[in-house]
Amino acid sequence: MTELQAEQGAQALDVPHEAKTRRNRDALIALAVFVVLALLPAVFSSKLLLDFVIRCAAYGLFATSLNLLVGYTGLISFGHGMFFGLGAYGFGLMMQKTGVPVPVAFVATLAITLVVALVIGAICVRLKEIYFAFVTLAFQMLIHSTILSWVSLTGGDQGLRGGIPRPPFLGIDLSNQLHLYVASCALLVIGLFLMHRIAQSPFGYTLRMIRDNATRASFIGIDVWRAKLTIFVLAALFASTGGIIMALFVSGAYPEFAYWTISGEGIFINMLGGVTTFLGPMVGTVLLLILNDTVTRLTDYHGLVLGIVILFFAIGLRKGLMDFVVEWYAQRRNGAGERG
Amino acid sequence: MDLDALTGCLASSACLVTQTTSGFIIGMLLFLVAVGLTLIFGVLKVVNFSHGAFYMFGAYFAMTAYQFSGSFALAMLCGAAGTAILGLIFERVFMSRVYGADVLMQLLVCYAFVLIFDDVVRMIWGPEFKSMGMPAAFQVVPLFIAGGVVPPYYLLLIGVALAAAMILGLGLARTRIGKVIRAAAHNPGMVSALGINTGLIYGGVFALGGMLAGLAGALAAPVRSLTPGMGFSVLIESFIVTVIGGMGSILGALIGALLIGMIRSFGSLGFPLFTEGLMYLFMVIVLVSRPTGLFGKEVA
Repeated sequence: MTELQAEQGAQALDVPHEAKTRRNRDALIALAVFVVLALLPAVFSSKLLLDFVIRCAAYGLFATSLNLLVGYTGLISFGHGMFFGLGAYGFGLMMQKTGVPVPVAFVATLAITLVVALVIGAICVRLKEIYFAFVTLAFQMLIHSTILSWVSLTGGDQGLRGGIPRPPFLGIDLSNQLHLYVASCALLVIGLFLMHRIAQSPFGYTLRMIRDNATRASFIGIDVWRAKLTIFVLAALFASTGGIIMALFVSGAYPEFAYWTISGEGIFINMLGGVTTFLGPMVGTVLLLILNDTVTRLTDYHGLVLGIVILFFAIGLRKGLMDFVVEWYAQRRNGAGERG
Repeated sequence: MDLDALTGCLASSACLVTQTTSGFIIGMLLFLVAVGLTLIFGVLKVVNFSHGAFYMFGAYFAMTAYQFSGSFALAMLCGAAGTAILGLIFERVFMSRVYGADVLMQLLVCYAFVLIFDDVVRMIWGPEFKSMGMPAAFQVVPLFIAGGVVPPYYLLLIGVALAAAMILGLGLARTRIGKVIRAAAHNPGMVSALGINTGLIYGGVFALGGMLAGLAGALAAPVRSLTPGMGFSVLIESFIVTVIGGMGSILGALIGALLIGMIRSFGSLGFPLFTEGLMYLFMVIVLVSRPTGLFGKEVA
């Protein structure tokens, strides 16, 4: 919202300049965050904390990319998890069966995701609202069924077992937990930076316009189908990256990674954190993971507790945490301004 | 893949009868769940993600009532009436609070209750598989039709479901209440301006939808095993049914349910591991060629 106002306020000549400053500022922030995360193990030597951050990186990339669809474009995808699963299985299989170096497998997995997302997206994005949600869900379950039934390749319901080989490359040894931690942080920060750039680009504003009024967008000459397909594919790539981190972390891939519950959790994370701020999904990821870990430890009825927490957000707050905080802060500031 | 089994079955009348019957009962149970889902969507414009839980509760209520009374009729009644009350409470206390809000908030409330209901069932009835058992009245010699085996209970199940479909269809088309419900689906503001309590209609429709799902669960209890997560696969399948048939269309739900029943029944012969995949594939094909489903109305 504030960026938009700033953009309107700026003179036409200043806009490229200002955009560049903002890009530099974002890059600096990203770098600082990465440095802080990378130095964390030096301060806290807890293995649990590192594991937690790696899981946050995997789910955070997935959830934030889903928000590019849900929050920015108004495409409520129920099948985004299929790309998370695709990333995990694609990377895992590539490492197990071909023995190519890690970076090659990484790029190849993203390439496969790109092709699959193009085909599925081309079919899905022309459908409206609830039908879009269901067809994405159907594709997700189709992929899940394929994983279950193609036992010779995927191991069926047992998943990819026997570990994923992680040969060192360029001095990076991903079988070392510390190396994996730093690599996950790097992927997370780079991914968030790129997604933030996408969200703040003119294309990002086109997406918001499509969300708010698709008919109007098409009247002024925007190819809505192409814009939706583009963001669908881009979001799939980031979700796939999250899946790759997950496969590396658990050294395997399981059918649950491609099950609809992953997509449900992604939506839930977004609602928990809030969909109107860029970092909302990240906040939601941290909240959900902490919640899951504590609740599972304390009680057997973890669905019951989680359900009540969800109800609190849906019926009590009626919005995600970040949305709530941002709104509350804006109201407070306005109130103070009026008084002063 | 096992295409020989499939072609072998298609060539034998006994197997054909058995598989068609089994396709019919899957389809009829799905229809009862899906028609409630489609009704709730048609009138309230809410996708009730927790609908599978009503199916589950119907089965558990019926099992408990049967264990206490030994009466099959009372078990069916308890399954249906109990879920109707549950549906009414759920709608009035929780769902009605998020009607004005985002669609996502409605989904979230339902998702919360999927989690809560599953755990509640686990608390009350325990996490292990349960079974109601076939009532003595139906433990008789099965019928043989063209060499195929047809248990009499299956006929009862199909009959009850078809009767429910007819009562519902005629009730909506002919009675005054049916007209009011259809009017409320079309234009709730106008109906409310005419002095009709729309809250009551919404609650009633939700209770009716819950009752149909509960009846399906109760009917399924003698032939399926009961477990806390049982509502979920039924929910997903009935979503497929409503989407294939067209959201809000009762006839669509019937046709869609029978198609899915047959796909499941015959698909399990030819593609034992990919039966679910076949359903999703079919749904994708239908939606790609007709985005609003087979009997859905075009939405602007």
